Amino acid sequence: MTADQGAARRRFEPEVTEHTQPFWDATRDRRLVIQWCPGCNAPVWYPRETCPGCLGSEYEWRESTGSGTVDAVTVMHRPGSPGMAEMVPYTVAMIELAEGVRMMSNVVGCEPYEVAPGMAVRLTWETLSDGRNLPLFEPARP
Amino acid sequence: MSDLTAEPSSTGVEPLREVLIVCRAFGLAGDRKWPPNVNPQGYQQGGSGGTRGRERVPWVTQTCPGLSGGAVGGVRRPASCVVVEWLVTIPPMTQRTLRGEAAIVGVADAASPTGELELTGRALEVAMIREALDDAGLTIADVDGLCVGGPSPAGLAEYLGIHPRFLDGTMVGGSSYEIHLEHAAAAIAAGLCEVVVSVYASTPRSDRKRPGSGRRPQMSGPNPMADWELPYGNALMGSYALSASRHMARYGTTPEQLAQIAVSTREWACMNPRARYRDPITVDDVLSSPMQASPLHLLDCCLVTDGAGAMVVTSAERARDLAKEPAYLLGAGTATDHQMISQMPDLATTPGTVSGPAAFAMAGVGPSDVDVLMGYDSFTITALLHLEDLGFCGKGEGGPFAMEGNLGPGGSLPMNTNGGGLSYTHPGQYGMFLLVEAVRQLRGECGDRQVADASIAVAHGSGGVLSVMATSVLGTEATL
Ligand SMILES: [Zn+2]
Repeated sequence: MTADQGAARRRFEPEVTEHTQPFWDATRDRRLVIQWCPGCNAPVWYPRETCPGCLGSEYEWRESTGSGTVDAVTVMHRPGSPGMAEMVPYTVAMIELAEGVRMMSNVVGCEPYEVAPGMAVRLTWETLSDGRNLPLFEPARP
Repeated sequence: MSDLTAEPSSTGVEPLREVLIVCRAFGLAGDRKWPPNVNPQGYQQGGSGGTRGRERVPWVTQTCPGLSGGAVGGVRRPASCVVVEWLVTIPPMTQRTLRGEAAIVGVADAASPTGELELTGRALEVAMIREALDDAGLTIADVDGLCVGGPSPAGLAEYLGIHPRFLDGTMVGGSSYEIHLEHAAAAIAAGLCEVVVSVYASTPRSDRKRPGSGRRPQMSGPNPMADWELPYGNALMGSYALSASRHMARYGTTPEQLAQIAVSTREWACMNPRARYRDPITVDDVLSSPMQASPLHLLDCCLVTDGAGAMVVTSAERARDLAKEPAYLLGAGTATDHQMISQMPDLATTPGTVSGPAAFAMAGVGPSDVDVLMGYDSFTITALLHLEDLGFCGKGEGGPFAMEGNLGPGGSLPMNTNGGGLSYTHPGQYGMFLLVEAVRQLRGECGDRQVADASIAVAHGSGGVLSVMATSVLGTEATL
């Protein structure tokens, strides 16, 4: 077991549903895929059965480059779930992906208070207990 | 599977951040523009409204020239840009107005300096209903409409032994009671019923000591929040902290300015004998209290106390014959644009920008007419957002506005005169207490903390995580 697998077990791990399966399957290859509505020519985040723009059920999955910007960030000094008590303080951030999607994640790989809105970040991963990977972000240092 | 980044059309236009992409411009009755800090110039108008879920929402995006649309939570917006404002058109008030149709005629609430109440559950609900009916000079036999948040208003009706013909179980968090009032007034105006009671009781603090309670049900099944937020260790506090972070980044709002809201609110609590906390605090006290979720400190956060309340609503006609001076509903509005924080279209702008102007339009008054603001304060940032989004100050000016001392006793905008969720009581869904205090201010019953000659009060509830905003504009007989 790697170090990050040990860390991952402390997190809440979402169950895989019929609709989120393609998303989680792609994470096993460390690929971040985003649901895309061809009719609206727009991304749909979070993945769901129908597009909130047109209520259509046609969709495809497109891979994100994983580069983004911190839109907002908080440093959690109290754990959001009991399992994360040992991880405080940690960041919870909203990440604006280049593709126009804004998703929640953690920014890791630096001191929590170094993370600020506007910071450029890139994708990184943490392995969950069943081999899926959870998309996280780290500072995009050149 | 293709690469998404190739998708947005690249026209050589510099990607913009922190720019005004979409502007609010409310077409109100009398052609008044709202809020006053609208500045739509410079960007051409794109699309003409949109759908979110199954509802057609009345907004129009203005896109940056040359940038194609992206989507967050179904809100189309230009890629690489930040939505700062968007445009909302409120239907003219002539289409649908409840102004002066109904009034709150009885109120009650329970809170304690210990933070705990002896009663709980149905017994506490019934105690509140009895007290509110006594306040109105009505009896349970008069009640033909019942609002209680949750799955079964019929269960409470059965317990009370009444057979109401109007039921409302709306439970969308703290703003549920402003929504109950709006629905009750609409039902009364439509002739569905005549006397509606709304009640709330919650005892999270003393429940900790009760056997069998204190365990929360586990979430199961597909759940977007479980899928896309919980793995990252977000919590309620973190959601509000993210909003504060965005507000600070965009407008330069400071921790000191947020802290001032807690300080001003405590000044009011000092004059409420039933408030949980009555010792004055300073900005430094707030900033030196333990950090919870940056930038929010412990004293930026609301209390966890027991609490309960009830209100009685009836027609304006019947209200005039009852025990106390009626508090007439002049205007009401409800709006939502997300449920979980990661789907909020703009973390620094709430759907109060829709509910507030709608309520003011119906009331035919504006922010400068308001004598008392009861603005839901789950956190200091929550209250700050209301100040801006309802138009009491310009967008981004909430911090300086609070710092100027406008919100405390003697200020230009007395806010949360009962001591608020920050210092009076906060049992989880606080919206009932906003209405109860607003009514008491309009009646002149508030003793030391009474705002002189209060004739218009606003109760603005916030439910979820800045998710569901509901605004009630109340006024005395003289304002009709
Ligand atoms: Zn679509």
